[in-house]
Amino acid sequence: MAFEALEQIITVCEEEEIDFAEAIIREDMKDRLVTRESTVAQMTSMWENMCAASDAYDENSRSRSGLVGGAGGQMARYVAAGNPLCGDRIGRVIAQALQMGESNACMKRIVAAPTAGACGVLPAVLIPLFREGTDSTAQSEHACAAANDIYPAANEPDAAALTTDDRSVAGFPVNDTDRASSGSKRSAEELPAVRALFVAAGIGQVIATRASIAGASGGCQAEIGSASAMAAGALTYLQGGAPDQILTAVAISLKNLLGLVCDPVSGLVEVPCVKRNVIGAVNAMSAADMALAGIRSAIPADQVIDAMKEVGDLMDVSLRETGHGGLAATRRAVEITERLETEL
Amino acid sequence: MNIYDILGPVMVGPSSSHTAGAVRIGLIARRLLGTAPLTAQIVLSGSFAATGQGHGTDRALVAGLLGMRPDDTRIPDSFQVAAAQGLHFTFEKANLKDAHPNTAVLSLTGEGDRRLEIQAASLGGGRIRVNKLDGITVNFTGDSPTLIVHNIDQPGYVAEVTSTLFRKAVNIATMQLYRNRRGGYAVMVIESDQDVPQEALQWLSRLEGVIKVTYLGPENS
Repeated sequence: MAFEALEQIITVCEEEEIDFAEAIIREDMKDRLVTRESTVAQMTSMWENMCAASDAYDENSRSRSGLVGGAGGQMARYVAAGNPLCGDRIGRVIAQALQMGESNACMKRIVAAPTAGACGVLPAVLIPLFREGTDSTAQSEHACAAANDIYPAANEPDAAALTTDDRSVAGFPVNDTDRASSGSKRSAEELPAVRALFVAAGIGQVIATRASIAGASGGCQAEIGSASAMAAGALTYLQGGAPDQILTAVAISLKNLLGLVCDPVSGLVEVPCVKRNVIGAVNAMSAADMALAGIRSAIPADQVIDAMKEVGDLMDVSLRETGHGGLAATRRAVEITERLETEL
Repeated sequence: MNIYDILGPVMVGPSSSHTAGAVRIGLIARRLLGTAPLTAQIVLSGSFAATGQGHGTDRALVAGLLGMRPDDTRIPDSFQVAAAQGLHFTFEKANLKDAHPNTAVLSLTGEGDRRLEIQAASLGGGRIRVNKLDGITVNFTGDSPTLIVHNIDQPGYVAEVTSTLFRKAVNIATMQLYRNRRGGYAVMVIESDQDVPQEALQWLSRLEGVIKVTYLGPENS
């Protein structure tokens, strides 16, 4: 029996004096009758697959419709070249979100989180955090072939860079000391990034139970919105936020995407899906920072999730992944659809 | 849903329903045929027909028929792999009445004159359901070990099958019975908690009046 409310997770954290990730790990062990080693290995594999998917980005790839591809490379070069308005870190988050969304559209291997269309949000906020100083655009498809190559060496071979790289290899946040380790025993193999993914998965599971993670049921708020809430919670956890701050981050991030409709042009997971991964990721960063600053949400997270379900139920079917309303109904979208019908 | 339905699956994009689910439909069809298919006539219906090509649904179905899994990076190139492995396939679109929006019908032939017709739907998140098997309505997902017995519609077959499973300590999770008409062609679909041993399958397939025994073991086997 998995959690049905985020408040239940907080209660377990308090009663058992464990952290958020630990509560999710223990619940999964009970739910699926698996060992700790088994579930940790499975989640570690998800993280490794995310990193491999990031490395496999090819900016020359285009989707079969030709509508998307290349934007992640453009963004990465723009960030590396100069002075992005959002700053280097957010710039890299944007680039990673675009790259993963484009890889998905171009039939590359990705990790659905919680869906394929929203697969860019979690890696966008996590991978730049764990790979500061590496140039993800320079990786070839072969860079992820061996596990040892998942975290390529930093360019500058001084002592500080080596330390940074060592921490990257271990999957620890580059700037982090030991923030996410409070309150639980764990083996050295349990990487902070992997524990953050448990936090994200636990949040997503409650959203799926109380509301939905499918665009066809709840619109884009259920896909990008859910991914953003999962990412905001994971980031808050990684930065040492308490369980109630994790819930605040979930509440803020989901509130800010409430009402987002699913209106894909020609019904394809391309426009506007790829770029919506960016807003999901950046929204998660800002929500996590607000929660970590001690800002509260007037509406509790579980009630925000319930509101998302209600909004989804009220949403017209033309705005729930049918490709009939919103952007999909624009004149340009209709022209694109007509062109694809003759070309594909 | 468990946490790996939320974080996961690892899959080739772009769509869990139109790509990953389609691969699984092709794969379950191959496993039900029991051999590598040599020809495949594939009918796409509903949303599969409307947006399938943009989502790579066609390549995904063929990839599954070739035995690939949803995370196989060769999925985009499955047409070339099919040509190399001697699988001939055709696609057409149809508007099936009373079918799930993401539905495909696959008519397969394999070595030894094996034939199979399967109608299956992709339900979202990569989950699928088989709706028809050789023209008979069924309802199973392939997530659990699944035993499918085709027999002539006469008394005793259910007892024979269930007692065989009992003797092998296989617990039945769900059981469904279908037939085209009284005394005609019957299909029994049993989802079990344990793997059904090979000797039980051989025993059942040798029974008089049993037309065909198909077994879907755990997916990784």
